[in-house]
Amino acid sequence: MNFWANIFSAGVSNGTALLFATMGELLAERAGVLNLGVEGMMLMGAVAAYGTAAATGDAWLGLLAGMLAGGFLSLLHAVVVISLRADQVVSGLALTFLGAGLALVLGEGLASARGVPTLPIYSIPLLDQMPFFGPVFFDNKSVLVFVGYLLIPILWFYIYRTRAGLHLRAVGEYPAAADSLGIDVYALRYFYVLAGGVLAGLAGGAITLSITPGWFSEFTTSGYGWIAIALVIFAQWDPVRAAVGAYLFGSLRRFTLDAQGIQNVFGIANPFFYDRNLQFFLEMLPYALTILALLIGSRAAIRKRLGAPAALGLPFVRGERGTL
Amino acid sequence: MPIQTVELRNISKRFPGVLANDRVNLDVRAGEILALLGENGAGKSTLMKILYGMYHPTEGEIAVNGQVVQFKSPADALAQGIGMIHQHFQLVPGFTVAENVALGLKSSRGPLTDLNVVSQRVRELGAQYGLHVDPNALVWQLAVGQQQRVEILKALYRDASLLILDEPTAVLTPQEVQEFFGILRRLRAAGNALIFISHKLYEVKAISDRVVVLRDGRVVGGVATQATNQKELARMMVGREVITQWEKPAAQARETALQIDKLQALNDKQLPAVKEVSLQVRAGEILGIAGVSGNGQRELAEAVVGMRLIRGGSVRVNGKDVTHHSPAQMIQAGVAFIPEERMVMGIVREFSVAENAILITHTEPPLSRRALFDFRAVNTHVARLVREYDVRTPSLETPVKNLSGGNIQKLILARELSRSPRVLIAAQPTRGVDIGATEYIHKRLIEQRSAGTAVLLISEDLEEVRALSDRIAVMYEGEIVGIVPPTTSVEELGLMMAGAKKDS
Repeated sequence: MNFWANIFSAGVSNGTALLFATMGELLAERAGVLNLGVEGMMLMGAVAAYGTAAATGDAWLGLLAGMLAGGFLSLLHAVVVISLRADQVVSGLALTFLGAGLALVLGEGLASARGVPTLPIYSIPLLDQMPFFGPVFFDNKSVLVFVGYLLIPILWFYIYRTRAGLHLRAVGEYPAAADSLGIDVYALRYFYVLAGGVLAGLAGGAITLSITPGWFSEFTTSGYGWIAIALVIFAQWDPVRAAVGAYLFGSLRRFTLDAQGIQNVFGIANPFFYDRNLQFFLEMLPYALTILALLIGSRAAIRKRLGAPAALGLPFVRGERGTL
Repeated sequence: MPIQTVELRNISKRFPGVLANDRVNLDVRAGEILALLGENGAGKSTLMKILYGMYHPTEGEIAVNGQVVQFKSPADALAQGIGMIHQHFQLVPGFTVAENVALGLKSSRGPLTDLNVVSQRVRELGAQYGLHVDPNALVWQLAVGQQQRVEILKALYRDASLLILDEPTAVLTPQEVQEFFGILRRLRAAGNALIFISHKLYEVKAISDRVVVLRDGRVVGGVATQATNQKELARMMVGREVITQWEKPAAQARETALQIDKLQALNDKQLPAVKEVSLQVRAGEILGIAGVSGNGQRELAEAVVGMRLIRGGSVRVNGKDVTHHSPAQMIQAGVAFIPEERMVMGIVREFSVAENAILITHTEPPLSRRALFDFRAVNTHVARLVREYDVRTPSLETPVKNLSGGNIQKLILARELSRSPRVLIAAQPTRGVDIGATEYIHKRLIEQRSAGTAVLLISEDLEEVRALSDRIAVMYEGEIVGIVPPTTSVEELGLMMAGAKKDS
């Protein structure tokens, strides 16, 4: 495999965890609920998945536990922001800390667990023989990578072509209109926040049980939750763009490692090869981009131009006029 | 089954501290337009929200075709054939017309959307009732009148045969109102029942078959429209005789007090809203600005009083350049402002009547000395204002948010006018205000003008503009399309409000 195929292959694997988390956040935000607690939900999913797998010896059971844990945490957020109408940013941040703290406590001693099963790895015959695309997408991949491939068109179709998708978008754009036609805004928002939490939990489980197996306390998710939130903005709330973004960000992380291993790039001396201190700048890159995206996304005017759901972040109260 | 009759029997609705509806009886039949008339706060909207399943009545029952029904949500009301067209459109701006119509409906393709089928039916309904609108157009791109058609189509698509129209004409130009009435007549001819909510007497007289008047939550009268007149309806609404036409002394031609030259300003979306507007208002005259909501009137007022950044042009008060002055400096220059958003810009909701009354003058003697208030002086001053301007309040310490809209507006009027301003900018001074208070505010505005103040009156109510103004400037898409005398007919003003230039 050549240099780039290596990077993108790792990118697709890394990106799969990112993909699940991003899709989850995308669903919640499409329904009008911002959930900044993705990192916390991922950590909870990661520890629950790994711990359960270690205890039962069944990786699939572990994955299920991870999804439940993420879902449970997201329900807390749903109660606070949908029913109690608290500020979504504050609740989301609180959820991050709660999730991270709980995960660290529950994960005590888990780092030294041995013989924890992982999820199966597959290669797709024939397809994996394709030049470049074979190794990048189809050779020696976690089963969850293939689940990710399926999720992209399914979500796209769901959001843009089904009745349920129409309702989802309406609830995020103008909940009062949906409510006046008998759509249960509260129920839908609960559902999509929960779906977001389950997917974040899945993302966490994907990391500990398949992509980089093991429990490394808060470094397990290494900020993927925040990157996911930024990706939703980059993707302008579109699942296909979100997927491309997830794989690219995944690749970027691998690139920062591999970039130090070669002497020349395009015939120019590679500074990262010669000065190990510059490595920090490379490692910083995904997070710097994340901060940039969050900064851009926090400007209401820009957000509107990017096509954010118009009611994103706003609680819905029946009978109130001009909730927009 | 289409609706033949709908009856509201002894409906009462109690909110904490308020009895919004008090044993209301009402019925409407297929093939008639029933007007529901009443002032703001009379309980019209509450009653209709009960009929549409948005509120649950505290007491009483609803019967459709003689059968008692229970509505838990709007979906239940829709299932019985009752549709509501809200004053604030319930449309998703980023959706197409067809998507908005399809929202919440079963699809012929199961879990998938069937927007082609919906579009086809929307076109058919449009042709049948004259509700022409492109099903594939995005709603935010449609004019307000077209958005209203989409709302009606939504209800018809769901086989509604009783349509509740909540102040549907508030957002339309006079021409659009005529077109809209045509649609209502076609709907009536097709055997639908319609409930038309309004507080505009001439519209009620023009379109309805029967009028029911609500006051303080109770039905105070029901009459056949033909057997009544506007004066009688106004009396039923308010409970006493109402003066709607004022004797005005002729305007004295005096010096220009407010001069606006090629003023430019942006709206909240940073798009040009005021485009090179030039106006002169002389001392002792009222210049009315007519126009459909959202044509730059709000931005114009805010730019003139220093609350919105001026992007070009100039403002002069009594010959002095005050462009880019802060609101405080504008107050110093003798400019008073009655803002459109009175609950947000006009008052501090949580403050008492007294505190709100001295928001502007509280730093001046005798109200305060050095850093301290002289509360005795404040109370004397405010008590006088409250008496002079007929502000009905339990006490001077009452939080102003507990007052009615009309009394809040009178308080703002008292605060602004008691400074004897040279220039008064009054934006929608009587919107949402009951007839009694409107009458009073009109009287005060005319007095102020006759006393030599230059008044810039911004209003979407053509009757008000025509009754008060000495000259009328019509604003359309940020520009003044013409300045005409107040005797200009409503039809002509309506054409100008739709953008027709006035040849001068």
